[in-house]
Amino acid sequence: MNSSSGKEYMSTASSSTGWKAADAAAAADQFPAGLRVLVVDDDPTCLMILEKMLRTCLYEVTKCNRAEIALLMLRENKNGFDIVISDVHMPDMDGFKLLEHIGLEMDLPVIMMSADDGKHVVMKGVTHGACDYLIKPVRIEALKNIWQHVVRKRKNEWKDFEQSGSVEEGDRLLKQADDADYSSSANEGNWKSSKRRKDDEDETDERDDTSTLKKPRVVWSVELHQQFVAAVNQLGIDKAVPKKILELMNVPGLTRENVASHLQKYRLYLRRLSGVSQHPSNLNSSFMSPQEAAFGPLSSLNGLDLQTLAATGQLPAQSLATLQAAGLGRSAGKPGIPMPSVDQRNIFSFENPKLRFGEGQQQHVNNNKQMNLLHGIPTTMEPKQLAGLHHTAQSMGNMNVQVASNGSQSSQNNPLLMQMAQPQARGQVINDSSLGHAPRLLSPMGQPILSNGIATNVSTKTGIQENIRAPSYNPVLQTSLMLNFPTNHASELPGNSFPLGTTPGIPSLTPKVAFPEDVNSDIKGSVGFMLSYDIFSDLNQHKPQNWELQNIGMTFDASQHSNNLQGNHNHSQPVLVQQGFSSGQVNGQNKSATVVSKAMFSAGDSTGHASAQNGNQHLNSLLVDGTVRVKSETVADATPTNLYPDHFGQEDLMSALLKQQDPIAPAEHEFDFDGYSLDNIPE
Amino acid sequence: MERNPMRRQLQTMRKSLFDQGYLDDQFVQLEELQDDANPNFVEEVVTLYYRDSGRIILNIEQALERKTFDFNKLDAYMHQFKGSSSSIGAKKVKAESTLFREYCRSRNGEGCMRTFQQLKKEYATLRRKLEAYFQLARQAGPVETACRPK
Repeated sequence: MNSSSGKEYMSTASSSTGWKAADAAAAADQFPAGLRVLVVDDDPTCLMILEKMLRTCLYEVTKCNRAEIALLMLRENKNGFDIVISDVHMPDMDGFKLLEHIGLEMDLPVIMMSADDGKHVVMKGVTHGACDYLIKPVRIEALKNIWQHVVRKRKNEWKDFEQSGSVEEGDRLLKQADDADYSSSANEGNWKSSKRRKDDEDETDERDDTSTLKKPRVVWSVELHQQFVAAVNQLGIDKAVPKKILELMNVPGLTRENVASHLQKYRLYLRRLSGVSQHPSNLNSSFMSPQEAAFGPLSSLNGLDLQTLAATGQLPAQSLATLQAAGLGRSAGKPGIPMPSVDQRNIFSFENPKLRFGEGQQQHVNNNKQMNLLHGIPTTMEPKQLAGLHHTAQSMGNMNVQVASNGSQSSQNNPLLMQMAQPQARGQVINDSSLGHAPRLLSPMGQPILSNGIATNVSTKTGIQENIRAPSYNPVLQTSLMLNFPTNHASELPGNSFPLGTTPGIPSLTPKVAFPEDVNSDIKGSVGFMLSYDIFSDLNQHKPQNWELQNIGMTFDASQHSNNLQGNHNHSQPVLVQQGFSSGQVNGQNKSATVVSKAMFSAGDSTGHASAQNGNQHLNSLLVDGTVRVKSETVADATPTNLYPDHFGQEDLMSALLKQQDPIAPAEHEFDFDGYSLDNIPE
Repeated sequence: MERNPMRRQLQTMRKSLFDQGYLDDQFVQLEELQDDANPNFVEEVVTLYYRDSGRIILNIEQALERKTFDFNKLDAYMHQFKGSSSSIGAKKVKAESTLFREYCRSRNGEGCMRTFQQLKKEYATLRRKLEAYFQLARQAGPVETACRPK
């Protein structure tokens, strides 16, 4: 039984990580006993009561009274918890923000709690992706069944897997689960491995590419995404049906379901770009507001992400839009979709077309979650331009991918990024001129949309994380950073997210960033962060450094490569994030910082933190956000840190972001991060 | 019925707390959590509550001493306080908290002040009663307050 074990694990440090296989097996039998719960509440009375209640339910409880600490714990020990319960009102961080972070970075089910039972607040919980909402005072009966959320999530992940066509894998996973054969997974938990995401299993494997991923999710690489977007554009967003898209894409092994779920995400993303409040399900076309029109299609999918991005990173919604638009192939004449302030969130979500979204509902939820999360993030970022930039960058990144695919971006290249950079312009919706294509997603929303993007991407990366997990963001970030990447990445981009990487259009960006491939190795560790860091610092200065996108790319790649970066370096992740931001910010906005911060976070828990700290405060906030997100994306299963790397689409995003930056301020620097060679990221 | 007179007295005291509306079902939840491993769980929680909520009360008091009230802040404080109070089952205190919040929302400073005074009274009364209750419980010997006769 875990009743006693709960106490041991209660330490503030990471939760039990040391589940041995035997324990795991034993635990599996006793499930839900042993469920590892992290409860966060600033009220000590409630915390004490909850802890006792959860222990009585035979869960393994770790309590925490500060959201920041909770995040640290989660990051440190990615697979140390199965579910998180958090209060809504906390002094150091808003519960919804924490929710977003977790969703993006770790993709764990989160239950919100509050004495407030107002419809508005509960709705917020839903839209931010909480898997449940408890009204205080909480009764023990309500806690007895929280394990269902864990199982449900896992189940959806598996479903994704199956949808992606890897039936064998799915079977294998299920079989593993059934056999309670934990040995295969590194997970610490017992039943966790089997029931948990396949990621766990892959963790040890570094979650590498989709092929080896246990998770049956299809990883939407930048290339793949570009193909997808191209197909969608060819068909016309209204006529784009999964079947036809599949045919056009002509990718072996891809199933209609994969495409369908990806399309759904994409639509949400586009919707977001267009500024429509998230509505994951029907983003498309309806959103097409003038600017968004271009984004329309994009937004629908990315809507979720973008919005998240936008929301969080303040990514200029426009940037996203631009990006999207670009992606869509349409010259978003007005990229500047003046995304309504916060729709940013969605904008980026798109980026992660990851199939994960396939889960459909979850996705949306996730997206929402992410999106919201992003919101939270941007806030930290403060309206700093950076944030906006980031967003833009993010969106751009994402968008770039898209755009890239469309080629429209190219012209934009920077416009997108610039757009992103526009954070300041908040209101400005990405000047069409520059972006033209690139969905300005990030228009100065002020909030670094990037963060959203990242977030979105992240989520995708994580594969299951679906929605918004930031993976989408990565692209953005990367794009900005990587603008250069577009070419490189295109192929590699963390696979998940968008094919952004290859935006041919994005010219200058040639991010040094070794794009994912290279990056992985480098970035993995510090590089990842470094970027972010540098970027931010520079950002503040407005240096359009090219950021040595390398780092960025790396991070993204890292994510992508799941194994590389993620497994090891969460850092990479962060880097990416940052990069994205940096570019966006180039304007010097703080956005970068935010972005970076995000990146940092993604990097992994450790790195993330470090970097974040180094970076601007904003960065931290961003990073946190970003990382959270990013991670999710890339790492499909594994560590959310990879958030960025996965995005592959980041490249595009980056470019998009960079483009966006232009408008904002002398955005041109797509990534102005020049100064930042990832390697040197000064910590 | 308890043979032990102290326990009987304890039960009577407990019942009256519920009957008079000082405590609600949430308190029972706490009692049910008490077990051999945590034989004084309820008392510990209540002690923690009074310690922590005392801080919030002070904050509210200070906020109410200002010339102009920051209703949003007051509402936020009270929200926090209400959450805590409800988690231990402090029924009357919770009711006053709710009323206070309503006055905050309607920007009624006068109402806030009046309600707050009433709230403090209920808060103090409950504390007294619970202290007496726990003291008796300790004297009566280790027994599960809620129920199962040992």
